Amino acid sequence: MKIAVCIKRVPDSETRVKIASDGKSIDEAGVKFILNPYDEFAVEEALRLKEKAGTGEVVVVALGSVAAQETIRTALAMGADRGVLLQSQGLPPDGLETAKGLAAELKDAGFDLILFGKMAIDDYNHQVGPMVAELLDLPCVTTVAHLEIAGGRGTAEREIEGGVEVVEFPLPAVLTTDKGLNEPRYPALKGIMAAKKKPLEVKLTAPGPGALEIIALTLPPERQAGKIVGEGSAAVAELVRLLREEAKVL
Amino acid sequence: MAAKFQGVDFYDVDGLLSEEERAVRDTVRSWVDERLMPIIGEHYVEGRFPKQLIPQMAELGLFGANLPEEYGCAGLNNVAYGLIMQELERGDSGVRSFASVQGALVMYPIYAFGSDEQKRRWLPKMVSGEVIGCFGLTEPDYGSNPGGMITVAKETKDGWVLNGAKMWITNGSTAQAAIVWAKTGKLDDVNSIRGFIVPTDMKGFSAKDQKGKLSLRASDTSELVLEDVCVPKDALLPKSSGLKSPLMCLTQARYGIAWGAVGAAMACYDEAVSYAKNRLMFGRPIGGFQLQQARLAEMLTEITKAQLLCLQLGRLKDQGKATPQQVSLAKRNNVNIATDVARETRRLLGANGILAEYQAMRHLANLESVYTYEGTHDVHTLILGQEITGLSAFN
Repeated sequence: MKIAVCIKRVPDSETRVKIASDGKSIDEAGVKFILNPYDEFAVEEALRLKEKAGTGEVVVVALGSVAAQETIRTALAMGADRGVLLQSQGLPPDGLETAKGLAAELKDAGFDLILFGKMAIDDYNHQVGPMVAELLDLPCVTTVAHLEIAGGRGTAEREIEGGVEVVEFPLPAVLTTDKGLNEPRYPALKGIMAAKKKPLEVKLTAPGPGALEIIALTLPPERQAGKIVGEGSAAVAELVRLLREEAKVL
Repeated sequence: MAAKFQGVDFYDVDGLLSEEERAVRDTVRSWVDERLMPIIGEHYVEGRFPKQLIPQMAELGLFGANLPEEYGCAGLNNVAYGLIMQELERGDSGVRSFASVQGALVMYPIYAFGSDEQKRRWLPKMVSGEVIGCFGLTEPDYGSNPGGMITVAKETKDGWVLNGAKMWITNGSTAQAAIVWAKTGKLDDVNSIRGFIVPTDMKGFSAKDQKGKLSLRASDTSELVLEDVCVPKDALLPKSSGLKSPLMCLTQARYGIAWGAVGAAMACYDEAVSYAKNRLMFGRPIGGFQLQQARLAEMLTEITKAQLLCLQLGRLKDQGKATPQQVSLAKRNNVNIATDVARETRRLLGANGILAEYQAMRHLANLESVYTYEGTHDVHTLILGQEITGLSAFN
């Protein structure tokens, strides 16, 4: 089983982000970057499939700046076998350009599965996985919450509104992973030490400009402090009054 | 999802760490957030060590992480090891103590003073958590003066017979193996002190938990009694020799404590800042009042100094240059300031500060033990006094 996992370096969701002076990007100074949490499910699933099969290779691929090497090493520390960084000057705002870069690397490389997180927590685009599938002319199943692979075919469960959809597909295929698929392992200390010695190939790449341009980035408005109107049943009358007169929702 | 601890880093100390050192820190930090923080308050109140976490700690590789890979250890440098201790104690001093004892006081002496056969037999099982160890040096009447110990080991035809009692032994009742220090010669001969690996299921060995602790409640502390315990010849740590051997172990553990205390201080400071910003009194956040700002400024200053102290000590240790006296300075300073930070946080939190729901009072109570164990604050003062003047205050 040869599995590719495409990963992205994103700002930690707990980091307080500042907008850079150009008004359309984030100021990276002091920001902590992590492996995109949805990609962690993809890495974990790939490792489990390989462990179950007892043989195979898990390759992590990222497109991004030189700093994404650290993100790749996080996945190597979890247990992936090798990494490829398609090194570019930043990421294009148009997901299709990222998808083209990844597809060129993955094409004809003999992967049985290509996994993505269902989305990146920085841009919320949900685009790159399905686009890569299209560019490689492979079947694509998104937001996979349960996965079985047997005899060259896969069965995936997707959580949809009010129920579960079960999908069958042939390999090779592109899947995007959702929360709940598994519980990603911590990179153990020995894994962190071993990651240094695993192969990490860097290939320079220059994605095209794409059709999109980010023209502005703004922070959400500051949230107002909440109000505690009292405790227990004594507070009900006041709460109802405020909901009616101030919030005007009753 | 559990709240993620963001650390305290006013001087970009992160920038002085390598990628691996940060990765190790982040792994342990997430583990503490997700697995320890949700349960620690309850375990503390109930006075239970969270035993169920041992396999996870082993899987992460937290035991003896700075010992070599050939015994299954992670082979980390001393800074990465220190960061592990920092993050564990950010959770709770008792959990850090558990890891300190296993790594620095049990695995280290086997590594440093054991035979190849002993190392191969014990270390891999201790890395995996299959065998938990404890360290028996302190006795009921010999704490700051361990050289006065009255536990004895008599050599016989087949091995050794041990008699004596040890007190304040972390992990004592949990352990499958105890490193016991005993005199093999006359009671006034500190040079006759040797170390023994004693399986705790030997006849004549008993461990009883010490009850009524108001500190380190999420940690097992026991009294060990050895009554004619017969161990084979190969229980002796062959390269142990005199009081300096257990003191070398203590230097390892104290090094980890210096880092651990920073973790406890960071946890309290983080809690203090968040409380000060959110708690309203007289119609505004208490963080806007000068008295609370002075508290927070002091805390941040002392934490930053302590972080830099640890880091340089770790770099020296990695170069083989750190002295026991330098370790004493760091243990003494960092535990002291951590206790102050915990106390000031407790006070800043007002009445809420006495609840187990918050961390400050738990850390404060724990740190009173940490202040006292592994060389009391006062003993470290005297070690430094001797280093400065060349005159010993001990004898």
